[in-house]
Amino acid sequence: MNLESSLWSDAWRRLLANKAAVAGGMILLVLIFLAIFAPWIAPHSYSYQNLELGAQPPSSEFLLGTDTLGRDLFSRILYGARVSLLVGFVATSVALVIGVSWGIVAGYFGGRIDSVMMRIVDVLYGLPFIIFIILLMVIFGRNIWLLFGAIGAVEWLTMARIVRGQVLTIKTQEYVLAAQAMGVSNIQMFRKHIYPNILGPIAVYATLTIPQVMLLEAFLSFLGLGIQPPMSSWGTLIRYGVESMEEYSWLLIYPGLTFTITLFALNFFGDGLRDALDPKISSD
Amino acid sequence: MLQLILKRIAIAIPIILIVASLTFFLVRMAPGGPFDAEKVVPPQVMKNLNAVYNLDAPLIIQYRDYMFNLVQGDFGPSFRYPGRSVTEMIFTGLPVTFELAFYAILVAMIIGSLAGVIAAVKRNTFLDYVPMTIAMIGICMPTFLLGPLLVLYFGIYLEALPVSGWDSLPGDKILPSITLGAAYAAYIARLSRGGMLETLSQDYIRTARAKGLPEYQVIIKHALQGGLVPVVSFLGPAVAGLIGGSFVVETIFQIPGLGRFYVEAAFNRDYTMILGTTIFFSTLIIFFNLLSDIAVLLMNPRARSQT
Repeated sequence: MNLESSLWSDAWRRLLANKAAVAGGMILLVLIFLAIFAPWIAPHSYSYQNLELGAQPPSSEFLLGTDTLGRDLFSRILYGARVSLLVGFVATSVALVIGVSWGIVAGYFGGRIDSVMMRIVDVLYGLPFIIFIILLMVIFGRNIWLLFGAIGAVEWLTMARIVRGQVLTIKTQEYVLAAQAMGVSNIQMFRKHIYPNILGPIAVYATLTIPQVMLLEAFLSFLGLGIQPPMSSWGTLIRYGVESMEEYSWLLIYPGLTFTITLFALNFFGDGLRDALDPKISSD
Repeated sequence: MLQLILKRIAIAIPIILIVASLTFFLVRMAPGGPFDAEKVVPPQVMKNLNAVYNLDAPLIIQYRDYMFNLVQGDFGPSFRYPGRSVTEMIFTGLPVTFELAFYAILVAMIIGSLAGVIAAVKRNTFLDYVPMTIAMIGICMPTFLLGPLLVLYFGIYLEALPVSGWDSLPGDKILPSITLGAAYAAYIARLSRGGMLETLSQDYIRTARAKGLPEYQVIIKHALQGGLVPVVSFLGPAVAGLIGGSFVVETIFQIPGLGRFYVEAAFNRDYTMILGTTIFFSTLIIFFNLLSDIAVLLMNPRARSQT
């Protein structure tokens, strides 16, 4: 029990020592706060159009300027953060649920079940998922929850591999073999021995999946196949920024900057978490 | 060795057929017919239309006919552009997309592996930190942001390079190729650095050094082959990303390639075009994964015994 808590406190200490990871984590906290409280923080409505105030450069009234339809860019970025972060968390959770259960079942039962399940993963790895997501969006309409689910459903493969590998290693440890010999049930075995040991890699990989997922959503929205107006995500904001960048460059630069900084923060935080939880596999 | 390669090919073919079938039924599940929505068509015309496009046959017969034509390389007619076949459109767009992808990979390979090898050899110096920081930025900066920013700076601010078209103005291939290649240059730099670091710590490298070879020969003759294996195994899966990237780059730079056709088809709900291109892209990706698997088998003797 003490061992377990000291593992996590060690990791916590190592994480805090990593300046890039701490900075990334703080940026993320601020962003999450802004996204949650967007309705109270946003100085203007994100959808109210006022053509007389169209495409104003940044000023004290409109912090980051307005878009061509007179909507406050700062407010739109705040609301965009909600969609972008939400897609990151929801799709990653979907990927987590599928990938972790797949990996545990394959790793724990092993043998034929394992080889069939992992073969399926290998095959799916080779498929063009971006194209399939676009196909799904075209066929079933541009529904935001479908988008979340579809992205999540294609991001679970690596998770399944990682979890399976981890479970396979744990399974051959002597204490697990001993527990098995004593007749511990599968559920108990999972709760007591497997779950605590795979938590670390899952946390690390989940953090690194979020930016991938956000990129995918922004990519689709940029092509016009993702989030539809008047809702805004960072991908749609960049899309409209590009359309008018020649005259109104701030419409591209501020959403782009926000998005890139967020991806940076997530990647640095994820890398830091990996180094903290598993010093052995730290990226050289 | 040959047997291994044949085995890989034998696995790839049924996968392509499964993907094609899956896509076919998915597209048929789409609500509404391809000719709905625009205007009300008299029932007789509708019937004729359906007959022309073989939509009046039972689904299973349609499937059989489609697959039968597919094997012969015929993707059927386009719903949106009457008189044009999907095959024809694929082969109009494909050379452009291939050329773009080729330049992008060239940019990525040259810049990426050079930066990665130098960073590994000069580990923990200025020459390691700077390229690796730029690589991190390259990975975090999405193509759809990098492209417009390059356009804004080089095209509009400096007025140095054309910002749209393909093969129409001198230099109009530069910005698209860099935009598409940048992220791969970043990945390749990281991969080749990692691969080189691992290879450089191997015993045979120490032996090569011990027998007095100059350092550049050690690197070029001995380390590169092992060090670049991760890069080669990355190239196969990278093709999938390149195709996705070509959607964005061809849209930004208005390049008449297959990627833009696909995005347009997705917008116009040109179902046969979507179906055809999806199958085509899938086959392409599976094929390149196969190629990179085989290349890794050839380059890395250890991988042969593992499979």
